[in-house]
Parts: sequence; structure tokens; C-alpha cells
Amino acid sequence: MNSTALKWFGRSWMLLVYAFLFLPIFTLVAYSFNDSQLVTVWSHASLRWYKALMHDSDLIAAVMLSFKIAFLSALVSVFFGLFSAFALHRYRRFTGRGLLSSLASTPLVMPDVIVGLSLLLMLVSAQQALGYPERGLLTILLGHTLLGTAYATVVVRSRLTEMDSKLEEAAMDLGCRPWQVFTLVTLPLLMPALLSAFLLTFTLSFDDVVLSSFLSGPGYSTMPMVIFSRARLGLNPSINALATVTIVVVSVVVIASTLYSLRQERQRKRDMAYRD
Amino acid sequence: MASLMQSLKGSTPAWLTGRRLVIGLPYAWFLILALLPVLIVLKISLSEMQTTAVSGMVSWQGAWPQIKIDVSSYLFLAFDELYLLTYLSSIQYAFYTTVICLGLGYPFAYFMARAPKHWQALLLMLIMLPFWTSFLLRIYAWKTLLVNNGLINSALLALGWIDSPIEMLNTPFSLMLGMVYSYLPFMILPLYANLSKLDGRYLEAAADLGCHPFKTFWLITVPLSKAGIVAGCMLVFIPAVGEYVIPELLGGPNTLMIGRVLWDEFFSNNDWPMASAVTIVMLLLIMLPLTIYNKLQSEGRA
Repeated sequence: MNSTALKWFGRSWMLLVYAFLFLPIFTLVAYSFNDSQLVTVWSHASLRWYKALMHDSDLIAAVMLSFKIAFLSALVSVFFGLFSAFALHRYRRFTGRGLLSSLASTPLVMPDVIVGLSLLLMLVSAQQALGYPERGLLTILLGHTLLGTAYATVVVRSRLTEMDSKLEEAAMDLGCRPWQVFTLVTLPLLMPALLSAFLLTFTLSFDDVVLSSFLSGPGYSTMPMVIFSRARLGLNPSINALATVTIVVVSVVVIASTLYSLRQERQRKRDMAYRD
Repeated sequence: MASLMQSLKGSTPAWLTGRRLVIGLPYAWFLILALLPVLIVLKISLSEMQTTAVSGMVSWQGAWPQIKIDVSSYLFLAFDELYLLTYLSSIQYAFYTTVICLGLGYPFAYFMARAPKHWQALLLMLIMLPFWTSFLLRIYAWKTLLVNNGLINSALLALGWIDSPIEMLNTPFSLMLGMVYSYLPFMILPLYANLSKLDGRYLEAAADLGCHPFKTFWLITVPLSKAGIVAGCMLVFIPAVGEYVIPELLGGPNTLMIGRVLWDEFFSNNDWPMASAVTIVMLLLIMLPLTIYNKLQSEGRA
């Protein structure tokens, strides 16, 4: 195989994989405009399922709850993730550093059912002993925040490793107190990473079905829980409409944040060039 | 960095409490939410189920604590063939998923890393985009694609390649498809991160010395990307063993996956000790790959 053939092989391989990844997404969008009651049979284009979605109060309540949980869990995850990333990055030697590092990365790969079951059993034990917490919003939040903290740690930590420590050293030399270095130099430099950690943990929480199912109590159904219970029963066209709305929102946010970070990167390069 | 560390160490005791806070806060958080729950699961797996609650392990007889350990859940697990079969088939599905993801993902990551630099950000974003879109909704979409009167069967019928719809949904095929689909980005991302850092000079040297491109690939590129391969395989294999949502939506009632057994023991049978024992055995199964993964994580950042 010569190099042109290899190049074309590579291109078609990539194209096929992208097609595989995007096929279901396009189907969701296309069928959301289908008028037929049967999801799989095309009749004609209409906005029928979007109207149905607007009157689906169960689903709307679930979306609201998911937003609330995702927002709070992203905030708390970024907060703890910042601390754990900072601890692991800054302090090379302390008792149990290895344990902290493993505990922080294990939730990333651990099957959801294990995390969900073990957290629930702990919370139930806590409730038997202390009478607190009741299963509901708080318990779901704890589960999502555990997962989110692990992801936020990875994101913030990789930014810390890339970061130029000279700026912090300069601030120290100029007489900044450690907390001033942190708030005036480190934190602003970390802002893009904190933002992407926020988006990532928000999405994770907004998407989770297994942890929520274990940890939720009566009256607390998140959006994925409602979708999951409907999808188990069969196909439901208003889910397609909901999916399309989420896909549009997510795409806009992802594309905007990619463009933003590309611009930031370019700006940084220009600044560096100027300084030299 | 060294001077920074020194000045940090040399500062006032106020900083010492700062250091303690920075380490202690996330430590307590992960100990309570990640380690303690596993210990409680272990304890419950060794208790017996009573009518209303799980029995306590320690009871007091006078001044002497009596520790009661009940291994009946584990004995049941060990002698019931269905559990054994389920564990084996979960590992099998996870293994095939990993192999197929590697087969699809490696060439992809390789060509992506060799694409023009200004294209790579876009290509990366296109991999991340489905990854950001709800996983549940994408699995649901496969359901609409794979049913008997779905898009794939209709297309094949229209093309005249088949005479009657192929039964695709609720088979091992649809399960594998869903698993590969969901986990593929987790394989591609670490591979790409690794391959994009590959030093091109090694490849040039091999070419200059008259090495055939295929041989160069096997002798240089693949060994140098070993860390990426291992990381990608762990990121796919470990969560795939315990997968619950995909088999539930795409696998039909007959595919055996341990995540579903756990779910049913807990939610349908309400048997907490049994669900806990299933969890502990699953944890033991993934312990080895998990240790490798954690070691890679700490090495990669040391």
C-alpha cells in the first residue's frame, strides 16, 4: 500500500467511525419531526411531539429537578475537585497520598451500580444511626458530587501540570502571601479549567440514571430516570423531541466553549510571542 | 518550583493549617463517600437478612462482644450455577467490547494524530460531541434503529439484500453494538492523547534505515503507544463489566450481565446481603485491572 492509498484508507476509516457515532443522533433528530404515533414509521413532518412535550408536566418537572441537581452538583464538584487537584499537585509527600490519588481516580472507572449500591447502603446505615439524611435530593446530590469531584480533579490537575509555575514563584518573590498567590495568580489561571470542569460535571450529573435510581426517594425523579422508565416500556416519540432540544443546547455550548478555548489558546500564544 | 516549595514550607504556622485544610478536605470527602461505603457493603454482605433489616454483626453478651459472620450469601453465590455463568458472560462481553473498541479506535486515533494540526481540534470536538450528548438518549436511539420495522431493516429490505427483517434488537448483537458504541470514545481519547505525542523522529529514523512502513508501525509505533493502549482498555473494560443500562435497554431478557443481577437482587428481591455479596465479588474481579489503572494514573502524573 503506498502513501496515497494509506491516506485514503485513513480518511474513510475516520469517516465510517464518525458516521457510526453520529447515526443515532441524526435519527433522534429526524424522527422527532415525524407525525406518526409509531416512532419507526415515517408519515409526514410536524411539530406534534414538541407540542406534546410542552404539555408533559411529569417530564418538565423531571427536567427542572435535573437542572437543579446538575447545577448544585457541578458547583460542589468543582470546589472539592479544586482542593483535591491542588493537594495532589502541590504536595508531593504526605501520609496516604497514594490512597487519596487512588480514591480520586477510582470513581472514574467504577461501574455505576457498585457506586450507587454502596453509597445507598452507607446512607441507609447513617440514617438508621443518626436519623439523617432522608432519601431525596440531598442523597442524589451526594452521589453525583462524588463522581463529579473525581472528574473535576482530573481536569484541574492536568491544567495545573501544564501551568507555568514561574508566575506563582514571581508572586511569592514579590511578597505575596500564599493565599494571595492562590487567589490572585493561580485561580485566574485555572479559570478555563474550572469552567470546563463545571460543564463536564454538570453534563455527567444531568445524564446519570443509575446513581439517581439507587439514591432517590419517592417524589424525586430526575429526567434520565423518567426517560429510562419510558424507554424500558417501549418507544416514545416525545422523548425524540426532548432529545433534539438537548442535542441543540449541548452542541451550542460545546461548540462555543471549544471556540472560546481555541481563542484563549491563540491569545496566550500571542502574549508569549510579544513577551519574548 | 523548588524555591516555591521551600518558601511554602518556610512560612508561618498559619500556612501549616492551610496545607492541612487543602489536603484534609478532599481526603475526608473521598474517605466518607468512596471508601466507607465499600466497607459497609462488605459488612452487609457478611450479615444475614432479617425480616425488616439487616442483622447487626456485633452483639454484646455481658462484657464480651460476639461477632457474627454469615457467609451464606457467598456460599449461595459459589454454588449457584447461574451466578457463575453471569459473571463469566459479563467478563466475556466486556472483553469483546474492549477488543472491538481497540480494533476500531486504534487506527482512528492513529490517523487523527497524523491529520494536519489545524484539523485536530475539530476532529477532537467531533469525538467529544456525542460523548456530551446524553448517553441514555443515544442508546434509546439505537433501539429505534434496530427494531424489526426500524431504519436499518427498512433500508436493507429496500435494497433487496434481505427478504424479511433480521431480528436485531434484544440479541447479543444489539448488546455488543450498544456497548462498543458507548465506550468507543473512552478508547479513542487516551490513544489519541498518547499517539499525538509520538516523536516523529523515531519513524523517520526507521524509514531512513530502510524499514518498511508496516514493520515500523509494529516495531515502533505500537510499542511506544503501550501506555495509551492499556489506559484505553482499562477505561473500557472495567465499567463494561458492571454495565446495567445498555443490557437493560438493548440486551433483551436473555443476556446475562452481572450489573442486572445486582439491580434485581436489590430492587426486586430486596435481598441486601446477596446484592452486597454480588458487589464484593464484582469488585474482586475488577481489582486487578483497577490496580493497573490506578498505577498508570499515578505514574502518568508523577
